[in-house]
Amino acid sequence: MKRPALIAIMWAALVALPWWLPMIGGYTALGSKVLIYAIATMGLNIVLGFTGGLSFGQAAYFGLGAYGAGMTLKYLAPSTPLAILVGTVVGGLAATLLGPLVMRRRGIYFAMITIAIGQLFYFVIVRWNEVTGGEDGLAGFSRQDIHFGPWVYELTETHFYYLVLLGFTVAVAIMWAILQSPLGHTFVAIRENRRRVEFLGIKVERYVWAAFAIAGTITAFAGTLNALLFNFTSPQDLHWILSGNFVVMIVLGGMRSFFGPLIGVLIFVVAQDYLSSITGNWMSFIGMIFVLIVLLFPKGVLGIINRRVEATA
Amino acid sequence: MELLLFNAFNGLIQGVFYALMALGLALILSLNSVINMAHGGFLVIGAYLAYTLSPYLGFWGALIAGPVLAAGIGLVVERVLIRPIYKRSDPIYSLLLTFGLALIIEDLTRTIWGAQGLPLEVPDIINAPVSEQYFFITGYRLFVVAITAAAAIGLYLLLRYTLLGIRIRAGTRDLETTSALGVNIYKLRALNFGFGCLFAGLAGVLAAGVLGLTPPMGNSLIMPSFVAIIIGGVGSLFGAVCGGLIIGLAAGIVTTYYPAASEAVIYLMMLIVLVVQPRGLFGEEGLFE
Repeated sequence: MKRPALIAIMWAALVALPWWLPMIGGYTALGSKVLIYAIATMGLNIVLGFTGGLSFGQAAYFGLGAYGAGMTLKYLAPSTPLAILVGTVVGGLAATLLGPLVMRRRGIYFAMITIAIGQLFYFVIVRWNEVTGGEDGLAGFSRQDIHFGPWVYELTETHFYYLVLLGFTVAVAIMWAILQSPLGHTFVAIRENRRRVEFLGIKVERYVWAAFAIAGTITAFAGTLNALLFNFTSPQDLHWILSGNFVVMIVLGGMRSFFGPLIGVLIFVVAQDYLSSITGNWMSFIGMIFVLIVLLFPKGVLGIINRRVEATA
Repeated sequence: MELLLFNAFNGLIQGVFYALMALGLALILSLNSVINMAHGGFLVIGAYLAYTLSPYLGFWGALIAGPVLAAGIGLVVERVLIRPIYKRSDPIYSLLLTFGLALIIEDLTRTIWGAQGLPLEVPDIINAPVSEQYFFITGYRLFVVAITAAAAIGLYLLLRYTLLGIRIRAGTRDLETTSALGVNIYKLRALNFGFGCLFAGLAGVLAAGVLGLTPPMGNSLIMPSFVAIIIGGVGSLFGAVCGGLIIGLAAGIVTTYYPAASEAVIYLMMLIVLVVQPRGLFGEEGLFE
């Protein structure tokens, strides 16, 4: 099947999700969660899969977005669009400011620094009790219906899902445009051969910085939606375990393909949801999924499918 | 003043644990090219096995058995899980693999020994306060410092003067050439991984005597150890030890004046070091850049 046809089918399934998901035992909020994580991981994949920067602290920007949105609603103004905007800007700004510290690094060192930077935000949020709610998380805010003049869009669970789907569509369009542009091609070139790109006179570090900032902004955007989905956000949303989960979702789906993270998120979130309902030891199972993916499916689901397609073609 | 001294000393002890962890991590990082996210897991394994064995072996026996068993388990893990992925050049795989291991070990520890904290009994001979005025300087804490110093010096002598140590250092510089000169680098890497886990296990037993045992103890010590390595400079074992002591001390001092910032301060210090001295205090040129 041609790629546009597949994407059309996927999008139709997403639009119809509130009808068919409850029929097979799911719930609409789970669909929202999958799309939100998909935005976050596809954003992360710009730096991870396309630029080759092993960002292992991405939950920090997700959490900053979430707290930015939650605190806007709680302390500033009861406006959903404003909350999304503020959260995205806060997370994106943090990534942009910290970019210069990581852009020179590669491989393992890049990963270590991004993890450690993520921990900084984690501890600020956990210890700044009076404002952030500390370990208990930030509650006491709720997403507000959106007003367009006289017309009101009520954010019920289903309506909120469509807001998330709109956000997903916009984010996907932006990321697609970026990766098709000369900027995106430079990212891939850096991943493939950093030194050769340097020899072409291109300032590699600036491009790594740009990728990091774009990824952080998009992840923060996903974080704001996550806070609005649950009307709650907790320090777990910027813990390094979530960062690791993001990376494993990407690898599971296939980090060399644009929609790979979406597939990975779908499998991971559904598996996590199911495992935590049937066993107290779900952490072990998640850990085993990590190990098995690394040992058996390093190219991810889409990697395997693509190889099959190439082999038969 | 008394309070400052108290907190600074506490911080220094904490720093000793960071330093021990960071030493093992840095060893594995430089030769095996693996960030061992499961390093905290090996710490927990060492601590809990020492706890379980101490009624039979006594504290001294457990102090040796815990780290040795952690190293043994490390050798098995290296052989079964990590060796197959050395040839993959992208470090993402070893990172995810050890990350998964860290989750599994923490969860299994909780299942086997329970989520609540457990105490590790320390013999009275070494646990008594050294002076009445400075009650917090117990013999055990000095003992921790002494053992750590001995372990670090032992590692230094091993790397500096033995054939194995020379091979490990050579492998860190250029693994391919080392292999071409007839060194079995698989064995070398396995041994090195075992050494790293030995240090994690040792840190676990020593920390258990001060902080008690909880399943997440390892995973909460591992992040500061990363910071210790980054501040000290990737590639320098001496730097890792210094980094650990510095951040422990800093966290202790900040506790006196502004307790809420005692964790954040070490990450802030890391940012400052990265701005001023991008390679860390003793980092070498060209490693992972």
